[in-house]
Amino acid sequence: MSIFNYFLKKEKKSSASLAKERLQIIVAHERSKRQQPDYLPLMQKEIMDVIRKYVNIEEDQVTVQLDNNDDCSVLELNITLPE
Amino acid sequence: MAKIIVVTSGKGGVGKTTSSAAIATGLAMRGFKTVVIDFDVGLRNLDLIMGCERRVVYDFVNVIKKEATLNQALIKDKRTPGLFILPASQTRDKDALSMEGVQTVLEDLAKDFEYIICDSPAGIEQGAQMALYFADEAIVVTNPEVSSVRDSDRIIGILQSKSLKAEQGGTVKEHLLLTRYNPERVAQAEMLSVADVEDILAVPLLGVIPESEAVLKASNQGAPVILDQESEAGQAYLDAVSRLLGEEMEHRFLEVQKKGFLKRLLGGK
Repeated sequence: MSIFNYFLKKEKKSSASLAKERLQIIVAHERSKRQQPDYLPLMQKEIMDVIRKYVNIEEDQVTVQLDNNDDCSVLELNITLPE
Repeated sequence: MAKIIVVTSGKGGVGKTTSSAAIATGLAMRGFKTVVIDFDVGLRNLDLIMGCERRVVYDFVNVIKKEATLNQALIKDKRTPGLFILPASQTRDKDALSMEGVQTVLEDLAKDFEYIICDSPAGIEQGAQMALYFADEAIVVTNPEVSSVRDSDRIIGILQSKSLKAEQGGTVKEHLLLTRYNPERVAQAEMLSVADVEDILAVPLLGVIPESEAVLKASNQGAPVILDQESEAGQAYLDAVSRLLGEEMEHRFLEVQKKGFLKRLLGGK
């Protein structure tokens, strides 16, 4: 191992912390999906169909998210319209 | 009233059956009348780990189908008094277990036993859901490794939504059992630490079982590893059983063991 490797190694993250980071992201993502009601994917599809009647958009230009707060739920609909 | 505890994990090969055998044996050693049920229909293995594979006559499915009585199917453990095993069937029909059938068997067992340990199959399909449905408590077996932690989180989600307790508005009491833990690799930041896994899963820690040669040795012999009280794994399972019974115990075997001079000289492990 050369002296350069020694310095390079310090820059690199440990594999355990990389594992933790990746897990935190994927687990948070999967948990939020789990809490969604079953009708959400279908509703998202129908909303898409309605929008498509008027504007030509791709599937990834619409995000639907349901956030549950203590006493109310907020349905967030985000549509990126083409220029 | 019997307490039903499911040993589950989502991912396969993390140590569910090893842990079920050890914890059931540990509870019986503490004087509680305990039965351990193999829910892995088609891939029966608990009998091998418990060392009673040649004494299986009738199984769980026979009892559900009323081809045998519960007493005919239960195998009395030869080593530990007060411990019984209900083996899984080897039928390839994966729908052999019915929810009503399982419920009837559990209700019958609850009359005689103080603890019912359900050894879940891997996966999140019907078999695993059946094993956890009636549980009062769940032991989630996890390895400090990404796929196992993720799958544990999935099974925790199922415990919180698809168990009888959850449907009734209650909760299944969850315990995290971290197995195949290697303190050396954790010290070198090559393996997720106990704190990392606790952080991600947010489930109270029941125990940490260090990676140990004793586990394979125990399964070779068909004797639950908790009986090998010389081994770290055996001692760690004993501690876990004490915690399950509500006793406060400090977690052991989390740090790198310093080898003594003599041990190093003799090359011992």
